[in-house]
Amino acid sequence: MPTPQGARFRRQGLAAALFVGLFGGVLYLASGARLKPADFTFNNGTEVTTLDPATVTGVPEGRVLRAIFEGLVVKDPLTLAPEPGMAESWNISEDGLTYTFQIRKEARWSDGHPVTAEDFFYSFQRFLDPRTAAYYAYQLWYVRGAKAYTEQVDEKGAPLNDFSSVGIRTEGTHTLVVELEAPTPFFIDLMGFYPIFPVSRRNIESAKEQWPDSWEIRWLRPENIVTNGPYKVLHRRVNDRIRLVKNEFYWDADNVALGSIDVLAIEQDATMLNVYLTGGADLIDRVNTNVVREMMVREDFSPVPYLGTYFYRVNVTKPPYDDPRVREALSLTIPREQISRDIMKMGQIPAYGLVPPGIPGYKGAECRKEDSERARALLAEAGFADGEGFPALEIHYNTSEAHAQIAQVIALSWQRELGIRAKLRNEEWKVYLDTQNTLNFDVSRAAWIGDYVDPNTFSDMFVTGGENNKTGWGNAEYDQLIADAAATVDPAQRMDLLHQAETILVRELPILPIYFYVTQNVAAPRLGGYFENIQDEHFPKHWYWMDDEELAAKRAGYTGDKELVDPHGPPQGMYSPAEMRRRAGQ
Amino acid sequence: MTRFLLRRLLWFVITMFVVMSVSFVLMRSVPGGPFDQDRNVEPAIELNLKRKYHLDWPMWKQFLHYVGPLNLDERGMFGEGDRKGEKTFGGVLSGDFGPSFRYRDFTVNDIIGQSLPISALLGVIAMMWALSLGISTGIASALRRGTGLDLAMRLAATGGIALPNFVIAGFLIICFVFLIPLFPVAGWGSIRTMILPGFCLGLVFAAYISRLTRTGMLEALSQEHIRTAHAKGLSPRTVVMRHALKGGLLPVVSYLGPATAGILTGSLVIERIFFIPGTGSHFVNSANNRDYTLAMGVTILYTVLVYSLNLVVDLIYTLLDPRIALEDE
Repeated sequence: MPTPQGARFRRQGLAAALFVGLFGGVLYLASGARLKPADFTFNNGTEVTTLDPATVTGVPEGRVLRAIFEGLVVKDPLTLAPEPGMAESWNISEDGLTYTFQIRKEARWSDGHPVTAEDFFYSFQRFLDPRTAAYYAYQLWYVRGAKAYTEQVDEKGAPLNDFSSVGIRTEGTHTLVVELEAPTPFFIDLMGFYPIFPVSRRNIESAKEQWPDSWEIRWLRPENIVTNGPYKVLHRRVNDRIRLVKNEFYWDADNVALGSIDVLAIEQDATMLNVYLTGGADLIDRVNTNVVREMMVREDFSPVPYLGTYFYRVNVTKPPYDDPRVREALSLTIPREQISRDIMKMGQIPAYGLVPPGIPGYKGAECRKEDSERARALLAEAGFADGEGFPALEIHYNTSEAHAQIAQVIALSWQRELGIRAKLRNEEWKVYLDTQNTLNFDVSRAAWIGDYVDPNTFSDMFVTGGENNKTGWGNAEYDQLIADAAATVDPAQRMDLLHQAETILVRELPILPIYFYVTQNVAAPRLGGYFENIQDEHFPKHWYWMDDEELAAKRAGYTGDKELVDPHGPPQGMYSPAEMRRRAGQ
Repeated sequence: MTRFLLRRLLWFVITMFVVMSVSFVLMRSVPGGPFDQDRNVEPAIELNLKRKYHLDWPMWKQFLHYVGPLNLDERGMFGEGDRKGEKTFGGVLSGDFGPSFRYRDFTVNDIIGQSLPISALLGVIAMMWALSLGISTGIASALRRGTGLDLAMRLAATGGIALPNFVIAGFLIICFVFLIPLFPVAGWGSIRTMILPGFCLGLVFAAYISRLTRTGMLEALSQEHIRTAHAKGLSPRTVVMRHALKGGLLPVVSYLGPATAGILTGSLVIERIFFIPGTGSHFVNSANNRDYTLAMGVTILYTVLVYSLNLVVDLIYTLLDPRIALEDE
């Protein structure tokens, strides 16, 4: 037992030490390195899964990858037409089967090394290698032998085939030759799709050598990752930000305006809007439906049609939903106009087919518009007059306010018009996916965003047994049409085949289309080089800040009344070196 | 004292084992897996994904590999070929919490290493503020018992407990960001960004501490030795600060352990509203994402925190109250 004085001394000492420790800790942590504000900040909606192009799938990852990597082709920021990127030119053989790409001689990685055909060869091989486990590997399966290379594996998961069986080869340092299985009209667009961006072989292999245990993560660290796009990665913090800075080795760096870009990972709708409104972000990717009415009048919010469809899947393996008459009756009584107008409110287009409008050369097939009388007659024909004897129906969706509202409106309509008792069932995301995959539902909410501007990205989903079919539906004629379309060179004929396929789909209705998406971005008025487009794809390479003069000219061009808001950005603008020279020369 | 610590350590090991095995099994028995997305993967690719993260192994082997300390994959000592023995040790027992399934460019160690200091700083700010506000109002309330001041403070404390912190946060954002632009609306970096979230996070704890202090002080003030102190002619200030406070704070001290753990890890809502990259959000997100390794990592972290903070509280208790001795427990 210590003396009383000793005990007291010890106690006070402890208290003092605790206090000094806490306070010191606060000061130490608060003084940690802070970044200067970036030239431009956009919100990405969530944290990216990875920066490795080969293994990503999501929209948020795409937004960052388009800033730091560049594929063989890039897209026009407005029309999305393919333009020369890493490949300065390409040749397509007459039969549409062989693509020859000339890699730009001045192209460099962010470590200064040249980008060669070999880099693409390596990246494509890595992408197709089953051990990489690339989600999107099937996007390169149009290449001869590629599907077999990914799918045929030994018991350890290594490919059985030699890569020489795949139609990819180099000719010299700057020529890449790709041979396809069948003419694929959208193949050139795919070369600008972010999972197919190249990675630096030197980057990965030196990491493998240095850190044999952890290279899979290490090569992606900001201090290690080597990129070939307009920007490179400076700093990353999970659930906070990715700081990108201009890549001076980029072949077109002269035309890149912004010196640094912050990519935020804000998930809350209210928080991201608050951050935008107080100038902490210059571009956000969505707004909550609660504030749409206020946003619609502002100059910084202009939704345009987006290549996505919101629909319900019907489980056709489960009676009475195996009867097409029942499915049509359900479709005929969905109040689509009301959903678009009163719930979504951003000008979403009511959907009567699977493929959204806006794909050049394609006209979508449509099912019948709302018709309660016909619906009741069909239901009676199927043996459920006035809903008599119809089992209680469950609308299944993933937990979300908007999905719940839509489901309520539809359930109410089915109850009122058809006499069907409809209940709602919401599930947390991963459970919801599991329920869908195991066909454990009656009617289930779904959505699909196109990967490329072609009906096929929607249509091939519903071939018999397709991974993303999830309805149990199958139709031999439909499958044949999709296969025929894939082998057809003539664009008009091909579109016609796809249209015929969609006609079958909207007649059989294994899905109930509800609405087509619109973009929801809020973009600072001063931001230039930014365009709303059908794929909601944006290219930081082209972004710049307008000066006051240019902003005034833009505002003068508005049609209709728009509420002018804080334009963000510097009043003197921020332009690329090339643009500055052009202006100085004038 | 030593015996006490040893016994605690033994219980700690048992608790950890139970927590780890139960959460390991529970997590994997929930429908849906870490790689499920709204677009399904080709079966061959899915199999390779599972292989890469050893999800194709039987559960017992996955568990052994996770716990460690031996690395069981092809790079470990039982591996084959040229990779054999490259990494003999692995798993939690060797300090390796594995790669995150959702944030694939980071290990769980990276993520906790990045986010815990932020949560800790936020927690310290909230706790300092909660303690100073809670204790001072609690003492004032106890000394002015039954007056309007006491009633007002008790009402405020009840309000602080009853109002969810996102309501308070929303209210404060409207007031101090939009109406009077004093603070940034969200983010983490400068001291200015820490004030609003720290305030919101600490408020509910301040309210509890205030109630506890008031009760503790009232009890302490009615004790014999306080009357003696008064009788001795000590100034009221000395009586309160030196003699009553020590006993009065005992309930607060016992609350501090769970409160600190709660503040460090329960800041989920505040982190989301104020966009703070702390640990709190990982508690819910990792489960939603089926990020098995990260969920395990934060569960273990929480267990260790609660356990060690409670131990610290027990130790502080003996310092404050000589009547309590650890050996007698």
